[in-house]
Amino acid sequence: MVDLRELWEFRELLYFLVWRDIKVRYKQTVLGALWAVLQPALFMIVFTLIFGRLAHLPSEHVPYPVFVYAGLLPWTFFATAVTTASMSLVNSANLITKIYFPRLIVPLSAVGVGLVDLAVASVLMVGLLVWYRLPITPFILLGPLFMVGVMLAAIGVGALLAALTVTYRDFRYVVPFAIQLWMYATPVVYAASSIPNRWWVPFALNPMTGMTDGFRASVLGRPPAWTLVAVSALTVCISLVVGIAYFQRVERRFVDVV
Amino acid sequence: MSSNAAGPVIVVDRLTKEYVLGTRTRGYTTLREAAVTAVSAPLRRVQRLARGGSDVQSRPFRALDNLSFSIDGGSVVGIVGRNGAGKSTLLRALSRITEPTSGTITIRGRVASLLEVGTGFHPELTGRENVYLNGSLLGMRRSEITRKFDEIVAFSEVEAFLDTPVKRYSSGMYVRLAFAVAAHLEPEILIVDEVLAVGDAAFQQKCLGKMQDVGRGGRTVLFVSHNMSAITRLCSRALLLSHGRLDFDGSTLEAVTRYLAEERRPDALRWETAGLPRRLEEYGELARLTVVEVRPVAGTVPEFRFGDDLRLSVTFLATSTIQHAAIGVGIDDLLGARIATFNSDEVGVTLTADRNRIYTLDLCVPRCVLNPGRYAISCAVLSGARILDFLPQAGFFDIQPIRADTGEHFEPTAGAGMVRLDCAWEIREATGSVAAASGP
Repeated sequence: MVDLRELWEFRELLYFLVWRDIKVRYKQTVLGALWAVLQPALFMIVFTLIFGRLAHLPSEHVPYPVFVYAGLLPWTFFATAVTTASMSLVNSANLITKIYFPRLIVPLSAVGVGLVDLAVASVLMVGLLVWYRLPITPFILLGPLFMVGVMLAAIGVGALLAALTVTYRDFRYVVPFAIQLWMYATPVVYAASSIPNRWWVPFALNPMTGMTDGFRASVLGRPPAWTLVAVSALTVCISLVVGIAYFQRVERRFVDVV
Repeated sequence: MSSNAAGPVIVVDRLTKEYVLGTRTRGYTTLREAAVTAVSAPLRRVQRLARGGSDVQSRPFRALDNLSFSIDGGSVVGIVGRNGAGKSTLLRALSRITEPTSGTITIRGRVASLLEVGTGFHPELTGRENVYLNGSLLGMRRSEITRKFDEIVAFSEVEAFLDTPVKRYSSGMYVRLAFAVAAHLEPEILIVDEVLAVGDAAFQQKCLGKMQDVGRGGRTVLFVSHNMSAITRLCSRALLLSHGRLDFDGSTLEAVTRYLAEERRPDALRWETAGLPRRLEEYGELARLTVVEVRPVAGTVPEFRFGDDLRLSVTFLATSTIQHAAIGVGIDDLLGARIATFNSDEVGVTLTADRNRIYTLDLCVPRCVLNPGRYAISCAVLSGARILDFLPQAGFFDIQPIRADTGEHFEPTAGAGMVRLDCAWEIREATGSVAAASGP
């Protein structure tokens, strides 16, 4: 379906597009890459005040800031990757009408940029674990696997939305709004355990449910909820296949409509 | 890098590219429109059939119509034709940027296409960074760029500004750096669209030389230009396109001659330009040239006598509010060389154009000094340093071999140049004796 060999041929272009976006983003900013930490950090503070202090949401017996940051880390990665990927093709109109390369590179590079931000923001995660003296357990080794799941979901959803945005500019307005709602369907500010067990399967149809809860489990040192992980892993695969299939089906038309 | 000089490297078979009219100017739709069309289209079709009409959908526009040709390895081929003939669409199809509606393109070898100078250049990045970015977009490996880096920089003549963001470059520097990267590509097949229309004359010569080298090196070059002297110099063979069809395929001289004779006979006083494709996507977005007109003293053909006031009109539609809008008119010879430029803002004529309003600017060049011959008009809508729309050679006119002041026949000798300037002669006889100079 996807010409992987061709994609591999163009891996350096992917690298350069990610590199360009990172470079350009932090030119003429004072704080530079700190912004990648600052955004989830500020959300952490706000959510701690609202959901931790005011609403007293249960936080799996760890301080609420660590709990919510462990959810914000995968979520922020997903949200920024999907939002930028959805606009990526339209914003690269100038490139795709002038040069041939596998179009999938464009949303992929948006996800790649998110990955760099994730790496920077992870530093604060480590800092929080040390600050609150939480033990690091072997479950942490599962963390990267869940992040791969998040990345695949972001690629699938991002590619789908990028292709749709080229044809239907409505998505420009729909996506930021939908992403905000999506966060509340994902266990970011609340624990997955506060959802009754009988709702877990529909709950985990959201690919981000199992991945976010799984990542949090690996960081906080408890076994993941395998039901959530299994269902979400399946929907991650579905969104990846559907997203890329739709992208490939319409990519030949991009240049004529973008 | 292996070059295969034997046998065709490009085979195009019955290539057709159709656009549904309207999609080129505004391709995207909103969900609401899609929903409305999905519901109403079948209904309308039923209505039409019920009324006994034929079931014809809106007619698509054929940008390329059943083209077939093949190109041998190691040849330099020019593509000529007037605006909208399909040249750019053909290059895009050959570069795999756009998908043919029907027909096939078979290409053997690595293709690099240069449809624009500096594609992907980012204003915030430095010259050095842009060389890497642009190089990789054009298909170069990172190691390859590093290896050729010094050569690229030397060719571009911007060494001193390598670590300056390119947004601070002059347009000349920008173009030089961009072309320098492209010039160091080593593809088996190079596809070039009118990139020589930019840059100063000396640099253009350098670029032409570089392209000649590429051709001599056994690689294949496809080259679109309005500059007939460049085409004649570079290409051994040329394709002449007209309305998406291949009108002629053969010797460059013959193609150019046909192009000049057939394609550009000045037979109208006005040229509608709103629907013509533009060289760059952004041209025509904020303002669109709609009509170019020549206004001779009398008659229905665009002819002036030598010394007549040259009167032209340029009309544009402002699709947004534009501050300091101005019109630029260029007079070119048929080979594409610029003879004169008239930018209205240079003489203080600008306007604030309102959205969705149409403006016409009349230009009068009093007692025009152009020698008898045929000339082309290029137009642009400008706003400060920005070009909002640009059409090369949108209209044509003749200067008749008749003097406007006396009505006498007037034909300058061949090679007398493009213009006849006013002048005054005076004879002075040397004073003193010639005896010293005349010998015994």
